[in-house]
Amino acid sequence: MQHPVLEIDRITKRFGPLVANDAISLSLARGEILGLLGENGAGKTTLMNILFGHYVADEGEIRVDGKVLPPGEPRAALAAGIGMVHQHFTLADNLTVIDNIVLGTESLWRWKSNLSSARARIRQLAEDYGLAVAPDAQVSSLSVGERQRVEILKALYRNARILILDEPTAVLTPQESAALFETLKRFVAKGLSIIFISHKLGEIMDACSRVAILRGGKLVAERKVSDVTRAELAELMVGRPIPKPKAEPQSPGNMVLSLEKASARRGSQALHNISLEVLGGEVIGIAGVSGNGQSLLADCISGTWALSAGSLVVDGQTSRASPRAMVEQGVARIPEDRHTEGMIGDMSITENAVAERYRSSAFSSRGLVDWRKARVFAESIISKYDVKCPGPEARVRLLSGGNMQKLILGRVMAHDPKLILANQPTRGLDVGAVAYVHEQLLAARKRGAGILLISEDLDELLALSDKVAVMFKGELSAPMQRQTVTISSLGLLMAGQGFSHAA
Amino acid sequence: MEAFEILFTASLWAAAVRIASPLIFGTLGELICERAGVLNLGIEGIMTAGAFSGWLAVYLGGDLWLGVAVAALVGACLGLLHGFMVVPLGLSQHVTGIGITLLATALSYYFYRIAFPEVTSPPKIEPFAVFPVPGLADLPIIGPALFQQTPLTYLAFIAVALVAWFLYRTPAGLAVRTVGENPAAAEAQGINVVTVRILAVMAGSALMGIGGSFITLSAFNSFFFEMTNGRGWICIALVVFAAWQPGKALLGAILFGLFDAYQLRLQQLAGSVVPYQVFLMLPFVLSVVALIVMSRRVAYPRALMVPYRKGER
Repeated sequence: MQHPVLEIDRITKRFGPLVANDAISLSLARGEILGLLGENGAGKTTLMNILFGHYVADEGEIRVDGKVLPPGEPRAALAAGIGMVHQHFTLADNLTVIDNIVLGTESLWRWKSNLSSARARIRQLAEDYGLAVAPDAQVSSLSVGERQRVEILKALYRNARILILDEPTAVLTPQESAALFETLKRFVAKGLSIIFISHKLGEIMDACSRVAILRGGKLVAERKVSDVTRAELAELMVGRPIPKPKAEPQSPGNMVLSLEKASARRGSQALHNISLEVLGGEVIGIAGVSGNGQSLLADCISGTWALSAGSLVVDGQTSRASPRAMVEQGVARIPEDRHTEGMIGDMSITENAVAERYRSSAFSSRGLVDWRKARVFAESIISKYDVKCPGPEARVRLLSGGNMQKLILGRVMAHDPKLILANQPTRGLDVGAVAYVHEQLLAARKRGAGILLISEDLDELLALSDKVAVMFKGELSAPMQRQTVTISSLGLLMAGQGFSHAA
Repeated sequence: MEAFEILFTASLWAAAVRIASPLIFGTLGELICERAGVLNLGIEGIMTAGAFSGWLAVYLGGDLWLGVAVAALVGACLGLLHGFMVVPLGLSQHVTGIGITLLATALSYYFYRIAFPEVTSPPKIEPFAVFPVPGLADLPIIGPALFQQTPLTYLAFIAVALVAWFLYRTPAGLAVRTVGENPAAAEAQGINVVTVRILAVMAGSALMGIGGSFITLSAFNSFFFEMTNGRGWICIALVVFAAWQPGKALLGAILFGLFDAYQLRLQQLAGSVVPYQVFLMLPFVLSVVALIVMSRRVAYPRALMVPYRKGER
């Protein structure tokens, strides 16, 4: 083996009682794509943040070309040729592409930026590496895929030789992902080394030559991609075999949700004459390309937006547009965006656990919140749903996506809901967490809850749903029995075929 | 009809620019702070401190330009205090800023009382004289308005160009804009967010200090209480009006100056019929209206008033 360009040597990092990285050692060779696989919370991002100098490791050191990298200095990491493409892009939206790329590459004491030579260089790099982007465009006007290209260009502009991509495909369409993999192959052909962080097995198999698997902060295995199967990787990552979700046939119960000729409008989004029924013990799946009114539908059922016409009946009661009333009527809401709607990041697990029901007699008396009861409730969720966290007082922001979702599940399932509104419940989660969410939803179905599952993941819809309907431009198709639909027939409906307002 | 004719008098436009001068400095100063993501409500006090300290330096025998430099230095020191509290410590920018205003104003009055315990009429200095720009000063209206002013007013114009150049053409200006937009992005590119923010607040506060010194070294020739008279607050609004752009800040300040100069003349004209308070109110009402019209679709600095903590998601 060649001399490695990057060596990570027994790195350990603790956050309070939590050991995020436990003596991890890795090396990266020139011209290699190393996959870093692990569930959310396994410590991948922490490790990369240490590498890039955002965090300082408690123990261990990092060497680039044999030289020790000073800890805690992004500038030193940049100078050593490490470029990082963060999962959440670090771009200033109101600035241009060129501003974002040039930032920090020129001495701050120069009286004038040399933007014309920067522009020429960006064009050259874009051409060499196949990363088309307009240098003078505002970042806010770019698509997600283009923004990612800007992030990569930022690293290349600084002559990065080691590129770290943190969950690069999380925000990309399948086509954009495929294009990205092609680009990465070009990079390694030119001698760059890449660390590709992901929890998606398929991508690791497609893009990488070698894979390192993290679990619970420890490096559990390193494999050549050619030597392993997906199933083996999944098991290494989660630590146990992954069961396939299986919905047992059962007879449905009473009507828990009924929408009749419901219409609503919010900005450019609209619902037109939607009729839908969900029975207890039944999963109704809603498919559709994102932005066809699914969010608005979910918000109407959550009570955060009002219907302009039609009726909404939950468990026999006509509903008004009030989120609190909806919760009281037994609607369990798993919102689309955990971070903005599901949880309050700067508040504690306990506070978030009772956020929907702190007024109920379970958690308050005479207008005062009973924090002891709230804490007991939070602790019960933590243990029952295996939420990995330092304790009930920990701020929710510090939880990984999967753990946050478990907390949301725990919060809404505890009150034996009649209707579960699950909007993209597994988006951004890793294999283990996805399986867990599926398991919980099916368990609730078995208990007799009706579930409205909105998802862009067709495999998920077909695995869980009893019936599937498709949304297109605010209209909803008639629900179809799962056995009668295929991915391709859904695909046609999702493209608008068979809808009256089809464009 | 007379009210309309006033608009074509040279003295009105000259007064508008004169009134605008301290506002130009103050608005530029606030603009730099806010571009770096820091709201500086200390501006009112910093202007008062600049007015007092600059005047005192001249009264004690210093050159007028030394007075301006002292005002800038005092402003920068107060900016350092504000920056230290809100950037590394992450304290509330509102509360800290108001605290700075109260502190700086009180200290100015205090030292004034210490220095001049028994005065009946405020001591005077020889202020900046009008310096007509040769060749241009004789142009109709434009001449008196733009080229028959004191050197500090010319400095205000130059400052607009310099600040615009700094923000849009220099690497340091880009760093300032980025820490105000997305500090994490700046950090990822090796920029020290804390340093850039503190330096930006200091530089902006120095400009506020100079703006204050205009009041005592150019507009008047002495220092008295309440003389800043809300100019700092006007600057805060002007920054929004200007959509955080130096060129529009100049425009906004002159527009406000024009309203103010105009209402003074209207008072003399119609003061007997309409209570003069109505005219006093006029520039503020028009500012509010202009603010509403201009700032509807403004791209404000995204990280304004958001403290940055390293390594936090």
